[in-house]
Amino acid sequence: MDVAYLIATVVKIVIILLVFSALAGFGTYFERKVLAFMQRRLGPMYVGPYGLLQIAADGIKLFTKEDIIPANVVKPIFKIAPVITAATAFMAAAAIPFMPSFTIGGYEVKPIVSDINVGLLYIFGVMGVGLYGPLLGGMASANKWSIISAARSAAVFISYEVVTGLSILAPVMMVGSLSLIDFNNWQIENGWIVMYQPLAFILFWIAAFAETGRTPFHLVANDHEIIDGFGTEYSGMRWGLFFIGEYANMFFISFVIPLIFLGGFGEGTFVDGLLFFGKMAFFFFFFLWTRAAWPDVRPDQLMWLCWKVLMPLAVINVVITGIVMM
Amino acid sequence: MSKQEMFKDRNISEDYFFLDIEDYPTTPWEKFKRVVKRSLKGELFVGLWVVLREMIKFDIHTVQYPEEKLPIGPRYRAVHEMKRLWESGTERCIGCGLCEKICISKCIRIETRYDENQRKEVGEYSINLGRCIYCGYCAEVCPELAITHGGEYENASEQREHFILYEDMLTPIDDVLNKKQREFQGFGAITPHEDERLKKTPLAY
Repeated sequence: MDVAYLIATVVKIVIILLVFSALAGFGTYFERKVLAFMQRRLGPMYVGPYGLLQIAADGIKLFTKEDIIPANVVKPIFKIAPVITAATAFMAAAAIPFMPSFTIGGYEVKPIVSDINVGLLYIFGVMGVGLYGPLLGGMASANKWSIISAARSAAVFISYEVVTGLSILAPVMMVGSLSLIDFNNWQIENGWIVMYQPLAFILFWIAAFAETGRTPFHLVANDHEIIDGFGTEYSGMRWGLFFIGEYANMFFISFVIPLIFLGGFGEGTFVDGLLFFGKMAFFFFFFLWTRAAWPDVRPDQLMWLCWKVLMPLAVINVVITGIVMM
Repeated sequence: MSKQEMFKDRNISEDYFFLDIEDYPTTPWEKFKRVVKRSLKGELFVGLWVVLREMIKFDIHTVQYPEEKLPIGPRYRAVHEMKRLWESGTERCIGCGLCEKICISKCIRIETRYDENQRKEVGEYSINLGRCIYCGYCAEVCPELAITHGGEYENASEQREHFILYEDMLTPIDDVLNKKQREFQGFGAITPHEDERLKKTPLAY
């Protein structure tokens, strides 16, 4: 292992951490603004021009707020749970190529921390571990609302991991690799995977909402009980970590969907890169859009949809793909 | 439609209609069919389109409060105003004490005495706005239209003592002399754009 590789990797990790922590902040700003516009409101307006510095105000507030640990909680678990959510979200980013590779001063930079050969498996495995954040946080909170929400989000998460895995299986069979860079290169030659696998694309997209806990499947928060779910007992930066984890997850999923299904960054020209960011921005915007437009479904409806509709469809899709490939 | 029918017609607008609610599905197969129908009929996309349309139209309804304020009706009961006579500019209050008598939260205090001509003179007049419930009885009972309600509703302060300053309520003498005093329009006064907001009452009494 040479020194240049080590330095480059550390720099990449730091950049990803900084950029996506900041993007999580901007994500909250975009969400507030988009939701406000869709509801004929203005959203944040007072801190800075058009409320742009609201992120800074929120950050200062979160960082300086007292870190309250309630009396009856299981302290070590309560403390570690937010870290699990945020850390797993960022760990998943290690196998995602964010940009086409480019050259600076004769050194080729690959904007991916580590191009491992089990890329997709790793991403969804680590994102799956992220479930332990809400689950442990809710269970350790000594609050009944928290534990209800934690149990519900765990149930949802486990169900949709199945759909995620099965829907992604058919593209993986076609490409014959789990690396997202191989996915990208395969699509340069053969066209976008969404043309071969439209069903898998839609299933994966639906499952992405459950993975990130966004609105049609926003069961991590007890909206109907007017309680913030597993995060009820959290305050200050611990709550902020949950938040950063959630938004970072949204961004990473928004990167992964176009990489797998919509051609990724193609051959890596400047226009391709812009297009890639455009696709990613659309998927992120769609997360906010659905939040403004759609109601949440009940947990039992969600389970029904997952186990009795989406999973059989995904299995049929895999079988048909296999038959066609033979 | 006869006159009797028109009188009994309770539809406040012509585009009222009864919802056609389907029966709930009982068997799993019917449930599945309903899911497919609802997913493929495009209801979800109608919702998406509605919110996107509102975003593109950008018809923002927010009132940015401290900078923009909505007009309030002339009947609004906010902080009292003590009026002056138009000709001389002297205070209208004759010290009859009716407002003190009728005040249900006992927040008005009025002290009167005889002046050198043996006429009644108001010495101390105070309204404790911290206690006042803004019922409007004092303005209603006043025989001289001396105490009325004004439109000043932003009365937050750091100290309770600030809520009883008589000078804030009294119309400044310059305003009267420059004919700027605004008269109370009476208890039947309607807001300026009331005609547009007029709707048919849904119930015929």
